[in-house]
Amino acid sequence: MGGNLKFVQGNEACVEGALYAGLDFFAGYPITPSTEIAELLASRLPKTGAKFIQMEDEIASICALIGASLTGCKVMTATSGPGFSLIQEGLGYAIMAEIPCVIVNVQRGGPSTGIPTRVHQGDVNQARWGTHGDHAIVALTASNHQDVFAMTVEAFNIAETYRTPVVLLFDEVIGHMRERLVLPEHGEIAMVERLKTSVKEGVDYHPYLPREDGRLPMSDFGGVHRYNVTGLYHDMWGFPSDDSDVVDGLLRHLMDKIENQAAHFPKYREFYTEDADCLFISYGSAARSARHVVERRRRLGERFGLLELQTLWPFPHDIVKEKTAGARYIVVVEMNTGQICQSVRLAVSRPERVFLANRIDGVLITPTDIQRVIRLIYGKGF
Amino acid sequence: MQRSRFVFSGSGGQGVITAAIILAEAAVLHENLNAVQTQVYGAEARGGSTRSDVIISDSEIFFPKVTQPNVLVCLTQESYNKFSRILRPGGLLITDTRYVRTSRTVDAVQKQLPMYESALDKIGNPIVFNICMLGAVTELSKVVKLESLRKILEERVPPAFLEMNRRALDIGAELARKSEA
Repeated sequence: MGGNLKFVQGNEACVEGALYAGLDFFAGYPITPSTEIAELLASRLPKTGAKFIQMEDEIASICALIGASLTGCKVMTATSGPGFSLIQEGLGYAIMAEIPCVIVNVQRGGPSTGIPTRVHQGDVNQARWGTHGDHAIVALTASNHQDVFAMTVEAFNIAETYRTPVVLLFDEVIGHMRERLVLPEHGEIAMVERLKTSVKEGVDYHPYLPREDGRLPMSDFGGVHRYNVTGLYHDMWGFPSDDSDVVDGLLRHLMDKIENQAAHFPKYREFYTEDADCLFISYGSAARSARHVVERRRRLGERFGLLELQTLWPFPHDIVKEKTAGARYIVVVEMNTGQICQSVRLAVSRPERVFLANRIDGVLITPTDIQRVIRLIYGKGF
Repeated sequence: MQRSRFVFSGSGGQGVITAAIILAEAAVLHENLNAVQTQVYGAEARGGSTRSDVIISDSEIFFPKVTQPNVLVCLTQESYNKFSRILRPGGLLITDTRYVRTSRTVDAVQKQLPMYESALDKIGNPIVFNICMLGAVTELSKVVKLESLRKILEERVPPAFLEMNRRALDIGAELARKSEA
């Protein structure tokens, strides 16, 4: 272990994960509670010849990301709610133009500038539907620093594999809390590198012509091929088209590459789910409080369990349905007014057994808060 | 081991959060324990009340905040007034004599130590007040070894200030030992 053992903030674990994954371009605008990510990368990236740019705002940041990614870089930005709102426009462009990029949102309280230094999980649905138009998105989260690291690497892998933006939804508690992190050795976590075209210079390259397996090889922009990139519906050359077949085909492609793969990449952790009478579903820092309650109840022989979601979007309907099948009660623990609770109700059979344990005052939900809800459900204390 | 829960409270700029980080880091890096450290952030850079929580345990730690500390450190009157009631019965309360006048008798070991004055008198610089406090806390709580803290100081503190910090740690520990005698 030795030099690989660190005691760090979640934001630093995210930075370590990004560097491990081969990040070579970061553009961003510092904002609490994500600032440490920009701060650390400003010092770390130039040492390896990689680029850090502080942009004038988050719209510029996402646009810089898109440009840099097209040239062949692995790219990331980090922000919080207000910046994430500005990013939505560019996020839609990156979805449409199929640009691999990673967007970290360390959530604080909103709407608007809200409560900058306190925790909320209010951007879950914004990550799903914040940008306009029908689309699919990938959003991942984590509740501890080892997983923050792993999910950050995973975000880069998914971005490269599916040519898509990936949102990392952390929160203030995870971002600022310090705990142990063991840095994996190189090669310990499998890495996906960009699929580049084998088309030679002087031969026509079609940026949006899928291979047999559906993947789209890229050519570094500014390199040997000239091609067009646009936010408009486009044909295989990347030129705008309003042909109904082209529009239909492209939107279905954008949806299917994410939604149809959902079964392949939902990440989650489970604790005592198999025989749980009361199953918690939670994520991010709230999942730590839920786990606390579960471990305590189990020591007393009571059948509580936890399904901790790490992939929030595409929503893991099948996993949630399967894991909740035997539970009498399902309690969603989150720090918003029920954003994931809503999706859980849609996924499970008999949604009347789904309850919400939440807190929306900027304070991490406590085990006591959760136990109050349990008391209401069971009609007794424990 | 018994799970140890610390709350460090004081005013922004006193180094309360830094001290909490050093303690937790020593536990993780040099004693093979688990630790989590959190803090309540305000918008201010200086002034205002600050609080940092540390939990140290040999098992996994889930909920990272402290509701009832075994060890409570108050470096201002305001933080004492605010937090003294949350101390776990039978716990340890450490206050600084210059800043805090204790007004209540709590079911705890109460240590009122001249940490600020000692740092000022013997080192001539109150900037190491927090490290002096950490020496006292470590000596009294016995959760991590002073030696582990020294290693963290060596890793974190710029060479020009290292000796000053080492001395502050020893002064704090000495104050604690005297108070036990």
